[in-house]
Amino acid sequence: MDQPSILDFRSGTSFAPVLVLHSNDLEKIEQQLVEKIASAPGFFENSPVLFDLSELNENGSKTDVGALVSLFRKLSLFPVGMRGGDTSQEKRALELFIPIDSGRSRNDALLPGIHKEDKASSLEIPTVIREAVRVPAMVITQPVRSGQRIYASGDLIIMTQVSAGAEIMAEGNIHVYNTMRGRALAGVQGDTATRFFCLDLQAELVSIAGIYKTSEDLKGTPRKKPVQVCLRDQALIVEELS
Amino acid sequence: MARIIVVTSGKGGVGKTTTSAAIAMGLAKRGHKTAVIDFDVGLRNLDLIMGCERRVVYDFVNVINGEANLNQALIRDKNCNQLYILPASQTRDKDALNLEGVGRVLEELSKDFKYIVCDSPAGIERGAYLAMYYADDAFVVTNPEVSSVRDSDRMLGILASKSRRAELNMEPIKEYLLLTRYDPNRVESGEMLSLGDVQEILSLHLLGVIPESKSVLNASNSGIPVILDEKSDAGQAYADVVARYLGEKRPLRFIDSKKGFLRKLFGGK
Repeated sequence: MDQPSILDFRSGTSFAPVLVLHSNDLEKIEQQLVEKIASAPGFFENSPVLFDLSELNENGSKTDVGALVSLFRKLSLFPVGMRGGDTSQEKRALELFIPIDSGRSRNDALLPGIHKEDKASSLEIPTVIREAVRVPAMVITQPVRSGQRIYASGDLIIMTQVSAGAEIMAEGNIHVYNTMRGRALAGVQGDTATRFFCLDLQAELVSIAGIYKTSEDLKGTPRKKPVQVCLRDQALIVEELS
Repeated sequence: MARIIVVTSGKGGVGKTTTSAAIAMGLAKRGHKTAVIDFDVGLRNLDLIMGCERRVVYDFVNVINGEANLNQALIRDKNCNQLYILPASQTRDKDALNLEGVGRVLEELSKDFKYIVCDSPAGIERGAYLAMYYADDAFVVTNPEVSSVRDSDRMLGILASKSRRAELNMEPIKEYLLLTRYDPNRVESGEMLSLGDVQEILSLHLLGVIPESKSVLNASNSGIPVILDEKSDAGQAYADVVARYLGEKRPLRFIDSKKGFLRKLFGGK
């Protein structure tokens, strides 16, 4: 009775660029599409595309859905949906097996490199720029004792000694203006440009962005002298400050 | 209002109870009405060191639970009528104490007494936490060896972050270092940390150095706080500690090795 299910529906999202048309002039559309495709053939070849006619319909410009779909297919684009069409356009789309998308239009984010103003656009690889949010440094004026833990989401400045068995952590740099005997972990979210500074390095462990040295490895480092610890070529460097 | 002093260390066997008994006696001898409370419920010792174990009827836990009132439980010391002892219960454990109950007892004592000395159990768990929570001053008892120093450091961290004064953002607990069982000869031979080493690690206000002394054990065995043994070096050192705590200036004693002194005298090896 119970047949094993050979299919199931799952919720999922897939990606298709939305093509918003500002003109119903098929010749111009073709010309510009060819340019765009030429700028990033790998991206557009056999790409699904959802086209949006809402702007044209608002302006009262009639668009022939059949001709538009043929044009897309000619340029090896796969129209997978239409939005913003009127009743007759929707009917025509369904005849061509193009589903109607009722999702929001206009508010779709412009894809990088496909800006409407940008005539000579090319598809740039978007670079993620770390948001420069300024987190004020945490300043500690009481001795950090064994067993205490301090976490700063920016820089951490400690004016007193840090005892053995204490742990100080920061997403940014760490400065200790006294003797450092505990564990110090700078750049705990992976920032390899962070540094650690102290006036006397007797630490149990020093780590920058997860790369660490224990006191065993720190034996040969200068004592009772101000030092900095930083990363160079994936290696933790301890050097005296002069 | 009374001043509440906690005698604490983290590590066991460093001389907390000896110190509690000595300084409580020292303060009382100077005419300040003083109470000393044993927080080491289940491992009660203070009554032995104070020589009042035969007179214990009610204890700290009885008072907290409302089974006895404070006057019934307080034992007046036989050597000094300004000193009272509140013993711990031997048949219970630390869970018998609670923050609210301890607070109530200390508040009631505060009306009558000038100083309240809380003898903390070892460790950093409930008993030690309750002993230090309401403190105004902390005597951190440390032996000149690394594990004791580390544990004291840990306790200092707890004093700075978990006490009532820390939680209410009041002026922090005043922390004093008391270095006990100090043997200048063993320091010189490198077997013990020196006063300087300990101070470098803990950087605390030093209240005194108590030398390793046979008189401490003798005093404990006879149930008389060592401070009453005025001829002994440890007794004198504790008297200095009490004087310094009360604001007098006393030079540090018993920190130089006798051998060193003789060596200097005779110029030989």
